[in-house]
Formats: sequence, structure tokens, C-alpha cells
Amino acid sequence: MKLAILHELNAERAARRPVILVTDTETGEQRLVKAADFAKDPLRAELEKQLRMGKSANVEVAGKKLFLNVYAPTAKLVIVGAVHISQALAPLARSLGYDVTVVDPRTAFASPERFPDIPLIAEWPDTALPPLNVDAYTAFVAVTHDPKIDDPALLHAFERNCFYIGALGSRKTHTKRGDRLRAQGAKESDIARIHAPIGLAIGAVSPSEIAVAIMAEITAVLRLPPKEKEEAA
Amino acid sequence: MLDRDEDILKAAEDWQKAGRGVALATVVETWGSAPRPAGSSLVINDEGTFLGSVSGGCVEGAVVTEAMDVIQSGKPRMLEFGVADETAWNVGLSCGGTIRVFVEKVG
Repeated sequence: MKLAILHELNAERAARRPVILVTDTETGEQRLVKAADFAKDPLRAELEKQLRMGKSANVEVAGKKLFLNVYAPTAKLVIVGAVHISQALAPLARSLGYDVTVVDPRTAFASPERFPDIPLIAEWPDTALPPLNVDAYTAFVAVTHDPKIDDPALLHAFERNCFYIGALGSRKTHTKRGDRLRAQGAKESDIARIHAPIGLAIGAVSPSEIAVAIMAEITAVLRLPPKEKEEAA
Repeated sequence: MLDRDEDILKAAEDWQKAGRGVALATVVETWGSAPRPAGSSLVINDEGTFLGSVSGGCVEGAVVTEAMDVIQSGKPRMLEFGVADETAWNVGLSCGGTIRVFVEKVG
């Protein structure tokens, strides 16, 4: 591997931008393709598929044996609301490989006793969220049921283009939330991005089951191609 | 690979910049139950120091030896390890899988 390629690869990884290293395993020739450049690449379909799966693979194109090594940032999950559902959601998400952070300004909720080993920030979203580097590889859920906490958090998630944004609450609650967010300058397309009621419809009842429904929905958004994603939703 | 692994690619860059000969070994294909998925890598320098893994420790020794040759020659090499392999008695995968490992020089 040329030092220039390695240097660029490390820079992209440090910036949490996904890249794929394409290696001709017979000649050793290599090139690095940034996710932003996939659309104009001849291997577009293969690159997009492998990145979506987060899986490295071999492909044969025009007689060339190519190894596509996927470098995808570790997905993050930011949970706003240190509620009962979050106590089940945080360890479940961690077992699925997410870096999890729980944010809740209410110290009675955001206590280490309730969230052993999970990074907790007992601050308002305005203070807690900016240092977390919420990005396009972040799933974001707002589950406090308190508009004073959930609303500013959701506005932050819109701004950072999270790949998944979910909010707890019934359809009725969600309609009211939409009105409030609109009044605070959110675009219609932003509000449409919120998954609410949160989670896949699996008839979840207990906090743990709701956590499963949420992680199933996040997984679907992360892994399914756009068309199937629409069908699942 | 998801970037949860220790930062061996950063080490590869640092070692190379410090003037060491460096090779990178990457799992490019697996069959059966292989311990590490495609994309896993091991970085080796010319002092024999290595970081990361391409298996559960079964074949790292052999990969490091091959990597020394690659650092010398500068030519990439494809290695294959598995139970069907003649060398399996020495450095095979106890789990019964097969892996192919691409070894290349850095720089």
C-alpha cells in the first residue's frame, strides 16, 4: 500500500467518513474510493452494497479480481432520555456494536446506578450534544416524552443529518410535536424523517420489547437498500 | 471492517514514517468458520513487532514470517491457510475454516 493511500485512509477514518479500499489482488494495485465519490465510480453498485452491509468482499470485474475492503465508522447511538426503555436499549445497542451515549438533564434519571457502564451526560441537549459529534453514522432517539428536552435534541439531529431519527410518542403526540418543531424553524422534510411512533410494529409492550423494536428499525434503515427500506417502514 | 479494532492502520503509518519496513496482511476471503472476517488485518514491522490479527492466533506466526519476505522484496503475496492445506499440521486453523491473506508492503 502506498503511503499516500494509507495516509488518506487514516485521515478519512479519523473524520468518520466511510471509504472503500479497492485492491487488485493479483497485481497489488490499489485505489481508495470515498463514499462521496461512489456515485461516479464504475463499481458504484458493488461499492454501495458493501458499504451498506458494512462488509468487505471480493468481486470480479472485467477479468480483474478485486478485494473491496470497507472502512465504515463505528455507528453511534445517542439516546436522549434516561428512561426505562433506554435502560434496555443501551445494552442492546451496545451488543449490536454501537457506541452508546445517554443524555438526560434530569439527574434522577441519568444515574450510574440505572445505567452501569454506559456513558451518561446529565446536561440539557444544548450543552450535551455539540461535543458528541453527532453525524451521518449516528442513530438518534428522543424518548423523554418531554418537549423541553426532546425538541431541541431533534433539531440538533436534523442539522447533523443522522441516518436514523426516532421519537417516542403516539401519532397524536407526534402531530403536536411536528407543529412545535415547525414553529421552531424545522423543515417539512426534517419532520418527515422522524420515525414516530418509534420502532418497527412488532406489538412491543415491555420496555425491552420496545428496545428490540427500535433496534430492529435502526438496523433496517442502516442495512436495507432504499426501496426495501420503504416497504419495511 | 467496522472501526472498532485497535488502530493498527495508524500504527502502520507511524512505523513507516519512523523509517521502519512495514507490511500489512489482510484477510481477503474466508470459507467455513474462520475466526476473523474479511477485512481484518495485521500490521508487521521489520523488527517482527505486529499488531492486530488475521485469525485467532493460529496462523499469525506464519504470516509474520512471510511478511518479512514481502518487506524485503516489495512484492505482494497471497497466502492461504486451512485444514486442507498441507501446512495445516503446522499452522492450520483449528476451527476447520480456510482463509486467504493478502500481504503487501507499506510505502
